[in-house]
Amino acid sequence: MSILEVKNIQKSFDKTEVLKDISFTLEKGEVLSIIGSSGSGKTTLLRCLNFLETTDSGRIIVDNDILFDGNNKMTDEKIRENRLNFGLVFQNFNLFPQYTVLENLTLAPTLLKKADNVTIKNQALEIIKKVGLEDKVDFYPCQLSGGQQQRVAIARALMLSPKILCFDEPTSALDPELTGEVLRVIRELRDGNTTMIIVTHEMNFAKNVSDKVIFMADGIIEECGSPEELFENPKSLRLKEFLSSSLKD
Amino acid sequence: MSFLEVTAFLFDGFKISLLIFAVTLLCGAPLGLPIAFCSMSRFKPVKAISKVIVWIVRGIPLMLQIFIIYYVPGLLFNYQLFGQIDRYMYIEYGIMDMGRIVAVLIAFSINYACYFSEIYRGGIESISKGQYEAGYVLGLTKSQIFRKIILKQVIQRIVPPMSNEIITLIKDTALANCIMVCEIIKNAKELAATKAMIWPLFFTGVFYLIFVGLLTILLGKAEKKLSYFRS
Repeated sequence: MSILEVKNIQKSFDKTEVLKDISFTLEKGEVLSIIGSSGSGKTTLLRCLNFLETTDSGRIIVDNDILFDGNNKMTDEKIRENRLNFGLVFQNFNLFPQYTVLENLTLAPTLLKKADNVTIKNQALEIIKKVGLEDKVDFYPCQLSGGQQQRVAIARALMLSPKILCFDEPTSALDPELTGEVLRVIRELRDGNTTMIIVTHEMNFAKNVSDKVIFMADGIIEECGSPEELFENPKSLRLKEFLSSSLKD
Repeated sequence: MSFLEVTAFLFDGFKISLLIFAVTLLCGAPLGLPIAFCSMSRFKPVKAISKVIVWIVRGIPLMLQIFIIYYVPGLLFNYQLFGQIDRYMYIEYGIMDMGRIVAVLIAFSINYACYFSEIYRGGIESISKGQYEAGYVLGLTKSQIFRKIILKQVIQRIVPPMSNEIITLIKDTALANCIMVCEIIKNAKELAATKAMIWPLFFTGVFYLIFVGLLTILLGKAEKKLSYFRS
């Protein structure tokens, strides 16, 4: 049984249809990369999954639990509950500037009363170690490099043990020499069997890390399959064009 | 009158100035927050009413607003509200000017609340949407996000403009003498009128300067204390 099933979801902003009938499934422990040019709807799809946008119609099912189906009006409480199935790492980190690295991690679990403070703190220290920032525990975000900030953001998302961890272009705001450290963390997460959805422009990374790749164009899934299929034998013309232009860069 | 006597007399007035300053801050600063939220409301009528109020209050001189608060109840309802308070407090407790001071406090609190509300609004709107979204995806409620994430960043950003307003406020208290409240300038003018002494009027500047000096140090410290993070 798939951990995530997305069925026929649609989303419009005013009269612009951004997502037109998107469906896909994801198995537990799999890594899905979503590629496509700007404006193709990748980020909107991710935001719909995280309930930052309200999907117009379709179904979102996680672990056999129907989180959203078409026209049901969700209460704020239900939306919050739904969101916890997913974690989201933003392009520009969005760390809380007034809190230290440790506090950034412990804030939400403490407010949500996930466990007692000592347990939360120990869990946070463990995760900080996992992303290699044990010497920065008491630093403020402004004292860290972009790559370090993004690793903190990943650690913060992991604190709530989401079933599916989403990344919205996690390296796009980083200097090229800092992308490596972030991609390394994501790769380690894959080796630890974390289910992930990654919107990315890093083609080589998508090719190496994913079990499944979706190519989006104009709000639809133009092509979907294993990385070998998409990158070695693209079928659609648009994907061919997209790959040749992104490899040129 | 000796220098010390004049100083003591002026200081009596300055106590009233400080009272107006303190009460305006204590009432105006919290009152600004609901006005700011109304100005940002998605419910159009609430937003419109709040914008009009802010427009009127910021659009006419504070001195005129003091006259309006003090005289309009008497003109409209034929009831000298503040005059009655004045008389009552004098007869019962021997306290002068209380009704007038209350009128001044109301006018100042409303006026400053509107200025503060615009500072708050600017501060709140300057926080990036990403901060809210980061809170949302972590399952936090709107109120948790505001209290635990947004508020401190807003405070950090509004300290400099608030400092400006607070420093302006102590000097604005001089306007109270337009309805004969015995603040420091009024007392100095009284010396000029009754004892033909003009220097005390200029000497009042020293009181303001010392107080503004203290405020500047204090507010500077607050600003520095909040500068440990960069948002």
